[in-house]
Amino acid sequence: MKSEDTKKRSYSMWKDVWKRLKRNKTAMFGLFLLILVILGAIFAGVIAPEGYDAQNLRERFMKPCASHIFGTDQYGRDIFARVLYGARISLRVGFSAVLLSVTVGTVIGACAAYYGKYIDNILMRFIDIWMSLPSILLAISVMAALGSSINNLVIAIAISSIPGHARIVRSAVLSVKNQEFIEAAISNGASDFRIITRYILPNCLAPIIVQATMSVAKAILSASSLSFIGLGVQQPVPEWGAMLSAGRTYIRDYPWIITFPGLAIMITIYGINLFGDGLRDALDPRLKN
Amino acid sequence: MKEKLLEINNLTVHYVVENEVVQAVNNVSITLNRGETLGLVGETGAGKTTLALSILRLLPDPPGRIADGEIIFNGKDLLKCSDKEMRKIRGEKISMIFQDPMTSLNPVLTVGEQISEMIRLHRKVSRTESTRLAVEALESVGIPGERYLEYPHQFSGGMKQRVVIAIALACNPELLIADEPTTALDVTIQAQVLNLMMNLKKEKNTSLILITHDLGVVAETCDKVAIVYAGEIVEYGTLEHIFNNPSHPYTVGLFGCIPNLYQDVKRLKPIPGMMPNPTDLPVGCNFFERCSSRMDCCKEKKPATIEVEPGHLVKCFMAGEELTGR
Repeated sequence: MKSEDTKKRSYSMWKDVWKRLKRNKTAMFGLFLLILVILGAIFAGVIAPEGYDAQNLRERFMKPCASHIFGTDQYGRDIFARVLYGARISLRVGFSAVLLSVTVGTVIGACAAYYGKYIDNILMRFIDIWMSLPSILLAISVMAALGSSINNLVIAIAISSIPGHARIVRSAVLSVKNQEFIEAAISNGASDFRIITRYILPNCLAPIIVQATMSVAKAILSASSLSFIGLGVQQPVPEWGAMLSAGRTYIRDYPWIITFPGLAIMITIYGINLFGDGLRDALDPRLKN
Repeated sequence: MKEKLLEINNLTVHYVVENEVVQAVNNVSITLNRGETLGLVGETGAGKTTLALSILRLLPDPPGRIADGEIIFNGKDLLKCSDKEMRKIRGEKISMIFQDPMTSLNPVLTVGEQISEMIRLHRKVSRTESTRLAVEALESVGIPGERYLEYPHQFSGGMKQRVVIAIALACNPELLIADEPTTALDVTIQAQVLNLMMNLKKEKNTSLILITHDLGVVAETCDKVAIVYAGEIVEYGTLEHIFNNPSHPYTVGLFGCIPNLYQDVKRLKPIPGMMPNPTDLPVGCNFFERCSSRMDCCKEKKPATIEVEPGHLVKCFMAGEELTGR
């Protein structure tokens, strides 16, 4: 029977998205960069078995060479190893903070826009207050209250970027909410939850994905600024942002100390942005061809 | 004896906007039996859609508000139902087809998925079963089942309206409300879609409320007709009553706007003037300003509803007498 066939194919919606994504060369390049960084993070222990904190004071400030391809820092630690281990922390902080803030922001924004009236008013005024607090101050107070650990770092960064997401989701939902197919769905007896999750949010994906990919970069950088003031990751654990701030004193004489962690941040964010852009296109069935 | 499915008594709907009250629907009463088709005819802004939306309780609130009346469906007053009960009724017992098929489908779900979701919403069936039913529903509106996996933007307007019909009829509702279902389609497709709707309706013994401003469509499809003017039903009767013996000057005027095959007329006769402002309805008859056969009493008093023949109701002082002027 035909329906058996259709059923099997309907489960392959993600395969479809993947097929479209594969055709997008820039997105695949972005994915390649991202996978490279992720693999580096996973296999850091294999690639750099000496670890991130092996010091060798006789080999301080070495230029990039065959044995230390990224050079060494002020304690003679191999920068290549530190960048690889740093990827573990930075990626984890970046992705989980964005995941957390996008989730919470989406729930708040969608509820405010969908239910409107006083719910919208209360939630959005609350968000306004939240936004008016300097995000770094907010993050500092959260870290101060919860203590410094990587998980708390994630929470602190997520909390300060929730309001931005909530606003963007709210405006996207508002523009979709009044379209006729929403009314049609209501007249077919769909519940609010179903309308929001199946009808409204999939139609708002584009701005959400763009915002999310951009905030991964922001999250990695705010993690570094928190590490810089000593509230984030503690020495000697490497974190890209922390490596940048630690190396900034030597920027004149030994520029490679900050170049490589900076490049790592750049490449990661570039990859995420390219991939996110392609993902947005692939998820939109109207751009199928 | 036919079974009564829907009864609307004295329904009054207001839109409250900035200290103004728009009297969109005033004292409307309708009955509809199982399997019957009722045509709601009137010009734009007469309150037809408002009436339809209030049956499903879909009025935007605010500003829409049902001020008075009752809507009895299967012996139950819909205006007293909880939101949860209402959700069960929508789609399963009463469904609605909207005017513009271009925008009434979700652009990010495949059409098949939208139908099968609708089925799963109201019936406890497995995914496989709902897919099978959805393919069946697609085929029943003349769309090959293979198109299950296509997205709305891959369909033409007429095909989209078929999909909308398939969704609306997927759960075999007892009442279907079609709000100008063919207005956005071109004439050849109109006929197809109407035929399709009427066939499915007959097959499933669904009642239908058809909102339109096309008297031709009404003549083809309806059993009963209600002529709506400024939120009131000015004339109500069977198809024969309205077409053979139009008794309200407005109805007569509407027929004057249609070209006639058998008479050679140089110009059609439009009804002069505009509908009264619904925020400020006149004291007397709403149609007074535009009526060609008005009398003095029309200005001071609203005409009562008169039954000129069994089942044929007219809201006019002249009712039953020979109409002059046209």
